[in-house]
Amino acid sequence: MKRVLAAIIAILIFIVFAMAFAKVPFGDVNLEDYHYYNPITNETTQDSVPNHYLVEGKNDTGSTNIVTAVVVDYRGFDTLGEVTVLFLASTGVGALMYVEEKKKRKVKRANAVVETGAKLLFGFIILFGAYIFVHGHLTPGGGFPGGAVIASSFLLLYLAYPKFHAEHKKLNISESLAGLTFVIIGLLGLLIAGYFLYNFLPFGLPTYLFSAGVIPIIYTAIGIKVGSELTGIVDAMMGVRE
Amino acid sequence: MISYYYLGSIALIVIGIYVVISKKNLIKIIIGLDIMDTGVNLLLISVGYVRNATAPIENVPGPYVDPIPQALVLTAIVIGVSVMALALSIAIGIYRKTGTLEIDELLEVKE
Amino acid sequence: MDLFTIVSIILIVIMVVSAIIAAELKDLISAAIALGVMSLVVSILFFVLQAPDVAITEASIGAALSMAIIIFAIKATKRWEK
Repeated sequence: MKRVLAAIIAILIFIVFAMAFAKVPFGDVNLEDYHYYNPITNETTQDSVPNHYLVEGKNDTGSTNIVTAVVVDYRGFDTLGEVTVLFLASTGVGALMYVEEKKKRKVKRANAVVETGAKLLFGFIILFGAYIFVHGHLTPGGGFPGGAVIASSFLLLYLAYPKFHAEHKKLNISESLAGLTFVIIGLLGLLIAGYFLYNFLPFGLPTYLFSAGVIPIIYTAIGIKVGSELTGIVDAMMGVRE
Repeated sequence: MISYYYLGSIALIVIGIYVVISKKNLIKIIIGLDIMDTGVNLLLISVGYVRNATAPIENVPGPYVDPIPQALVLTAIVIGVSVMALALSIAIGIYRKTGTLEIDELLEVKE
Repeated sequence: MDLFTIVSIILIVIMVVSAIIAAELKDLISAAIALGVMSLVVSILFFVLQAPDVAITEASIGAALSMAIIIFAIKATKRWEK
């Protein structure tokens, strides 16, 4: 009875959504046609938001990757809020999975192929993750997938050696220093020019590594912080082993 | 005529809603939450597609795809995985205290 | 029908079928593996829609870390749904 009622509700929601999305065009739009009409002052601007970001983005920020320019420079405050949400989730998981000393679990040794492969691959995966977040303003990627790749290299070590423990003190120190770097750079922008997260370093030439002002430093801090937090989450959920 | 990308992502959202409403195991409900999350992200990116355009990285000329939905979905994916980790650790805590994971038997546990 | 349409329709059908399989199985570890396959196909669809940043993020977070966290949680509780 409950399953039939749930299926009827699901089909009703599907029909309502499909009727709403039948009028939205797919793929045949021109990005210069979205004009903003202000109903209070009754005037229409001559520019649209995506067109302004695509045309003026390279001169305003100095980076060639427009998605990086939107995430770090035009909407940088939302990235600060998202880093805070990740920090709260990691603290919550660490507090909920705390267990007393008498509930340990027996583990067996892993395979010989997995052990040898993990020893060979660990350094290369960390190098690849660091490449992704250092070149965030030139190639696709950025801070968030770079941190996730670093956390997966630690996941490989956890699967190959079941009694391995990453030390909590060093994870805490690296995560706190990276978060502090982000906020201090924002406050320096406030001191120099009057805006929080103002881009105060020189821009340089585009498509070079040392360009785009303060964006590579922020992405390096975000990459280290996300990697440490996801490693802490994986370590807490493995449980206590003897 | 509605496009097939919209139909596929709305189907994913509706499958997620059905799993959350009518299943009884806690971990199955959390899997349904993840399916709904993925469907919403696919719907947001497929609205911003332009035909015969390329990715918004400015070393090739030509028309570009809309860059704003990609910046919003980048944040949403990371927040989705952190919410799921917190929900799974709450489920493990419930199993340690009461010994069951079905929501029928959880309503009858008396402290 | 050009190449974009044919590839998109095949990938969307695989994605919806594996989501239905993940919702209906009784063995929870098989449901987690079907969830991983669905995340991988969504990452390929993001690449076909010309969004490489989002594709890298979904592949490394959705297909690797999310599946690992669910399997750790299943190991600490029961495996079979009643």
